[in-house]
Amino acid sequence: MLATGLDIGSRTVKLVAIEGGRVVLEEVAETTHDPLGVCHRLLDGARPDRLVVTGYGRHLVQRHVEAEAVTEIRAAAAGARHLRPAARTVIDIGGQDTKAIALDDQGRVRKFEMNDKCAAGTGRFLEVMATALAYTLDEFAAAACSAPAAARVNSMCTVFAESEVVSLVARRTPRDQLALGIHAAIAERTAAMARRLLGDGEVFFCGGVARNGCVRARLAEELGRPVHTPDNPQTVAALGCALLAGDATP
Amino acid sequence: MSTNSDYHSMWANLGLDLAKHDALLGALGQLYQQTFLAQRDRPAGMAYFDFVMSEVHGLRIKELVDARAAGRKVVGSFCVYVPEELILALDGVSVGLCAGAEFGFDAAEQYLPRTTCALIKSFFGFALEKVCPYLAACDLVVGEATCDGKKKAYETFAGLVGRFHAMDMPQHHSPEGRALLKAEFLKLAGELEEVTGRRLEPARLRAAIATVNARRAALARLARLRAADPAPISGLDALLVNQVAFYDDPVRFTKAVTDMCDELERRVASGEGVAPKGAPRILLSGCPMAVPNWKVPALVEQAGAVIVGEESCVGERGARNLVDATGETVEELIDRLVDRYFQIDCAIYTPNPERLDHVRVMRHDLRADGIIHYALQFCTPYQMEAIGVERQLEAEAVPVLRIETDYGAEDAGQLRTRIEAFIERLRG
Repeated sequence: MLATGLDIGSRTVKLVAIEGGRVVLEEVAETTHDPLGVCHRLLDGARPDRLVVTGYGRHLVQRHVEAEAVTEIRAAAAGARHLRPAARTVIDIGGQDTKAIALDDQGRVRKFEMNDKCAAGTGRFLEVMATALAYTLDEFAAAACSAPAAARVNSMCTVFAESEVVSLVARRTPRDQLALGIHAAIAERTAAMARRLLGDGEVFFCGGVARNGCVRARLAEELGRPVHTPDNPQTVAALGCALLAGDATP
Repeated sequence: MSTNSDYHSMWANLGLDLAKHDALLGALGQLYQQTFLAQRDRPAGMAYFDFVMSEVHGLRIKELVDARAAGRKVVGSFCVYVPEELILALDGVSVGLCAGAEFGFDAAEQYLPRTTCALIKSFFGFALEKVCPYLAACDLVVGEATCDGKKKAYETFAGLVGRFHAMDMPQHHSPEGRALLKAEFLKLAGELEEVTGRRLEPARLRAAIATVNARRAALARLARLRAADPAPISGLDALLVNQVAFYDDPVRFTKAVTDMCDELERRVASGEGVAPKGAPRILLSGCPMAVPNWKVPALVEQAGAVIVGEESCVGERGARNLVDATGETVEELIDRLVDRYFQIDCAIYTPNPERLDHVRVMRHDLRADGIIHYALQFCTPYQMEAIGVERQLEAEAVPVLRIETDYGAEDAGQLRTRIEAFIERLRG
């Protein structure tokens, strides 16, 4: 049986398919202006027997494709549990959400926190800041990692931070120091959310932003403990969905 | 709402802005259709409340206009601390005023800071845009100094309405606090006597107490029936009944609630409900939800849970406790009113441990699996108490989701995710 998980995020759509306990397919595509079309294309390649969907587009897809919908919180928890059974805190930063999830010993969601009205410090914020500094995303993280010091950026609003960064660059503030300042601010903000429910046990970090080495390092520093990130943090929620699809009752 | 006959000349006589009022009613009608009429397995008794809502700016307003023509006075208020028994005893009509929709906020923000709660902005918006026929039909508006937001807002609001009476409020459950509430009730009684041109009489006050007690008892019966699993009525419908209580004629309303409770008893006996047996059961706790503020309950029930109680002024907090109607003089009876009203555990009181106890009792009695604490943004008293409610109850292994929101739709997607994740947590 091909059990498939689909995570329709604000920036990317992720698909993971499992057969016989093994991941047989893993795909990431941009969400674009037509998320439903992207989903159909990915699903045509997978032809799942059972499908569980998550992400901000979960209800949209559910109207067109037979699927069970779960929240990103349950999906990320299931994926994290599988990849890192000792994880008790899951931090997930996606395109426009930041979530912190506490798991109990059975891997069930014990408590969660999530941003509501503002998407400051999420993946989209990093993208806009990288562009404002004329970096690619990879260059942006690398520059931050090797910067000698952090330059403070006061605003965490994507729109205001962009103009603040532009004016700081105009005043000759080194780009790499601004890059570090932005990464540090994101880590600080995320750690503050995670601390509200941080217990004992390992911390697991996933979502697209977990690919960023500088955010990973700063987050570990802020929390004062190692932060475990899987090989492909972007597809953890999709993997969680595939695992739930493989179970009898998702 | 879609009205069943043409009331435009009545609304024009009340000074409403007809174009804006039509736009408001159009939006409300659509929202009502999606939120209420689309629900499944509703009790037949809800037909009465659907009718009242379809005529909430129509027939009910006509009744108010007719009552005024017959010499009765209409008194509007925004809070369950205003003792409507005094109004009824003077043959007045008591109505709750419009405060539940995001309407006229631009106009409101010319008088209020942006960081004012949606409820206050809403009643300013309704007044400034001239779309609240209840306000337009009022002979007197009573504003109670509960939270800082309201008490400062009333200073300006008093100038936007006809006759306005400011009522002070205690902040401590102390003998001095009780004495203040009594003094304020006596002052309000004097104001009402002046406006109505009548004198309070013990017999009429006892009768008014009995009328309001009967309504509260009917609402309490409705609340108890929701303890059944499956729940015999949706949280949305039960909330609507509690909302209508602020607008409707109390005697007619009590009869409609009582009739529906008879039906719900039969439903409970036959195991009939609005959600499958075992569906996650939620207790809502926090700020009042005035018509048409249905955003959070709709998200909760559309996600497959059922709301079994409202620890709110539009709900249990507002309707709990009856008044002891024994007393020979008006002052003795006002003392009995104070006994009851002083027990309301609004978050303006400090400290306010009674409220947390009530949340615990309601959760137990209504067999709720989890609590959603709902606070309006910038409502400091409830936002502050929310943290204690969450901490205490989570420590007692009761799942709590803390929501801060307003009347807008901007955060609906994020709220839906959080609410669904909370329901997933309850399902285990």
